[in-house]
Amino acid sequence: MSGSDTAHDDDHVYLSLAEGHDDGSDARWAFGTGFEDPLYGVDTTVPEGVDAGEVAATCVELADDALVSAQRLAQWCTRAPELEEEVALANIGLDLLGQARLLYARAGQVDGTGRDEDAYAYFRDAGDFRNVRLAELPIGDFAFSIVRLLVLSSWRLAHFERLAAHHDPVLAAIAAKGVKELTYHRQYAAEWAVRLGDGTDESHRRMRSALDQVTPYIGELFTVYDVEGDVVEVLRQVTEAAGLPMPQIPAAHGAGRDGQHTEHLAPLLAELQSVARAHPEATW
Amino acid sequence: MTTTHSAASDTGGAGHAPEALLQEHFEATIARDHRIEPRDWMPEGYRKTLVRQIAQHAHSEIIGMQPEGEWITRAPSLRRKAILFAKVQDEAGHGLYLYSAAETLGADRADLTERLIEGRQKYSSIFNYPTLSFADVGVIGWFVDGAAICNQVPLCRSSYGPYARAMVRICKEESFHQRQGYELLMTMTRGTEEQRAMVQDAVDRWWWPSLMMFGPPDDASPNSAQSMAWKIKRHTNDELRQRFVDMTVPQAEKLGVTLPDPELRWNEERGHHDFGTPDWDELMRVIKGGGPCNTERVARRRTAHEEGAWVREAATAHAAKRRARTAKEAVA
Repeated sequence: MSGSDTAHDDDHVYLSLAEGHDDGSDARWAFGTGFEDPLYGVDTTVPEGVDAGEVAATCVELADDALVSAQRLAQWCTRAPELEEEVALANIGLDLLGQARLLYARAGQVDGTGRDEDAYAYFRDAGDFRNVRLAELPIGDFAFSIVRLLVLSSWRLAHFERLAAHHDPVLAAIAAKGVKELTYHRQYAAEWAVRLGDGTDESHRRMRSALDQVTPYIGELFTVYDVEGDVVEVLRQVTEAAGLPMPQIPAAHGAGRDGQHTEHLAPLLAELQSVARAHPEATW
Repeated sequence: MTTTHSAASDTGGAGHAPEALLQEHFEATIARDHRIEPRDWMPEGYRKTLVRQIAQHAHSEIIGMQPEGEWITRAPSLRRKAILFAKVQDEAGHGLYLYSAAETLGADRADLTERLIEGRQKYSSIFNYPTLSFADVGVIGWFVDGAAICNQVPLCRSSYGPYARAMVRICKEESFHQRQGYELLMTMTRGTEEQRAMVQDAVDRWWWPSLMMFGPPDDASPNSAQSMAWKIKRHTNDELRQRFVDMTVPQAEKLGVTLPDPELRWNEERGHHDFGTPDWDELMRVIKGGGPCNTERVARRRTAHEEGAWVREAATAHAAKRRARTAKEAVA
């Protein structure tokens, strides 16, 4: 550097900033936020012998869980207890949002309607959503969000591990990608559950209360996917390390998968869909 | 904190170079355009100026999450939702790097946060304006990230090493954000009449506050001269403002929007655009806390900090218990 502070020196920096954005190889950017179609180049033909209706329904259910969870995580934005948690919760939200987008896109390809991801997310009503009810409950305090994340990520991870062998190769690939993400989500939630359970009297009390609030919604998860053993094992390990009581999981009542939701889903969707529905002719 | 250096500069005691020599070495480093690093001796004024500037920059990243963050839950497509969520997350990341850079100068993140929520330290005036429609997300990316890049690219060559290195990464991410904002506006202006009106309205509201981001005019910027001499700052406020205007005018033409300044025109003789004078009284009012959103921005940050206190305390308590258990096991 010559030390001559000419505008020319800095223009050179501007030019180098503009480089390296188009090759699609830069792993710095969150999934799906670039300028490329994330499914570009993937063979999306439905293989013979695959039940398209079953695949589409599975995709929409899993996408709804992910989208509703991501929306709740987005509500933590600017409200997290520490900047590191701000970054981590957004990371998890972005992973789930990415999963939802791929799953909706797959549903639209196989159900014959050709709907895009936004048709599913923005132009269906609460009664059409198939997410489990635990995902839609309000964010509560940090303890509640951590316990919910621990349960949902353990449950989804156990199911995705099985789904990675699905006979639809696109769904299998989405699940395989999701396994890596969900492993981190579960780890993050488990570490915080232990810190909070084994922290101060107040954090311990809040964790007990959070477990009490989450437990009534756990039974529903096992009526959907047969992964109770995996989830209970995670909860057993974490509650033991955290000095918390192992929850007694009651039988399921009500089911988001049948479109039966709590009163919390409709307002969540009203907010999520507000701009898109106010301008139905617009392109974004 | 560089206590050893302070002690040396206080006493000039045996084994330490006298302050005059240290000062000479510091000035020679600056003159050669070499970097000052955390362990190097530096004048107290240089350290204080940097802590103030880096802390304000960090606070701006964190408060700056709020105006756009409001729209993550309402973004009108899943792609825009992901882009915006990731952008706001990047701002939290920028805040983290910058607080870390300030900590290399002996500052403490918790203390800086206290100063912010007590109103004792400032952040960029731009974040005290409200976001009224989704077009604001695009215009903030285009103007506010664009202005931030103009301000910050020269800081990649700032004389303080950790700050300069943080800026390289931050500038790269901000140029990506600016491109995303501009691309949103391109898409919107090709959409419906209503969308074009939303974009023009957002441009009208954000143009003058964006020009104010470069700070008061040079003849009213008391700290600039020293910061320029120390090469903490590389260009004057007015130079950077001019560069931003020159960069933005052709982009506005391409987009088909009008920048709300009747005095804006190309000056062949100067080789730059002439433009009107921002309302400096408004800037002073906003800086002093009288902007439309100052109170709510700081209140939100304070609430998050206070409501998170039990979580941070629990993490500290748990870490202490673990250390105690490990120590006990080591003894046993």
